Amino acid sequence: MLSLTHFMLLSGALFAIGVAGVFVNRRHALVLLMSLELILLAVNTNLIAASHYLQDLAGQAFALFVLTIAAAEIAIGLAIVVVVFRSRETIDAEDLSEVRG
Amino acid sequence: MAFQTLLFYLFGTVLLAAATAAVTLRNMVHAALSLILSFFTAAMLWMLLEAEFLSILLVLVYIGAVLVLFLFVVMMVERHTPTIHRRRNYRIVASAVAAVMVAELGMALLAPDFSPIAQPLPAPLEYSNTKALGSVLYTDYALAFEAAAVALLVAIVGAIALTLRVRPDHHRQNPARQSRVRKQDRLRLTDGRSEPPC
Repeated sequence: MLSLTHFMLLSGALFAIGVAGVFVNRRHALVLLMSLELILLAVNTNLIAASHYLQDLAGQAFALFVLTIAAAEIAIGLAIVVVVFRSRETIDAEDLSEVRG
Repeated sequence: MAFQTLLFYLFGTVLLAAATAAVTLRNMVHAALSLILSFFTAAMLWMLLEAEFLSILLVLVYIGAVLVLFLFVVMMVERHTPTIHRRRNYRIVASAVAAVMVAELGMALLAPDFSPIAQPLPAPLEYSNTKALGSVLYTDYALAFEAAAVALLVAIVGAIALTLRVRPDHHRQNPARQSRVRKQDRLRLTDGRSEPPC
């Protein structure tokens, strides 16, 4: 018998994998973006599971908005990666530390 | 009901394995393909949760457009920067953080006072998830819907403005100059005899 806990534990594990990916690959800008995608996917799965089990469509509407913003974010992120790569021939995130406060 | 549980565990295993591969594989193209697999499996899980519209949307729009764009950028960038050295010592920190997060979430979710919510009855056959979602989106969330549309527009303009590059050696059409041309700039009337060779 599937319960809400099953889905929430699964999306929690997915979220943890995404966060671990940020730590492991903190130099590689593209893998950082991929980890962010996984985190947002986990959040969306959580929202949809709650929406199904509570019989409330607000969760699905919110997941749609998260999906929209994630698409916008990835478009801008990839554009920034392309611009950085064009000007420096590398996307190593640790080489981008010139701007210091 | 048992079949759904079987599907859940099958898709869950594939999802977690693909996500782990996506963040650990060294070959970036393989990692991006694993990311696509994990999104596809997540779409199947959403289908299991009777969110048909979002599930199809994830496959068509997100995998079809966004992740394929991702794959393009990966292939473009990766050819020139084959390896970025990854430090080993962050793996321990990463595993520790992930383990703590999963443990905390498990403790919270498996606690006895997290009251189990009953499995809802499957929706009737004539129920349309798309119709229901649309009737909510265009009424209660109309403002948020339009704000999301504006956010997408800003993202389009921003992405183009960031990556647009004007090269001085490129030959381009100038519509303003083209439409300003008058007859006397281009046309010269002769008296019908052949022109002397120049």
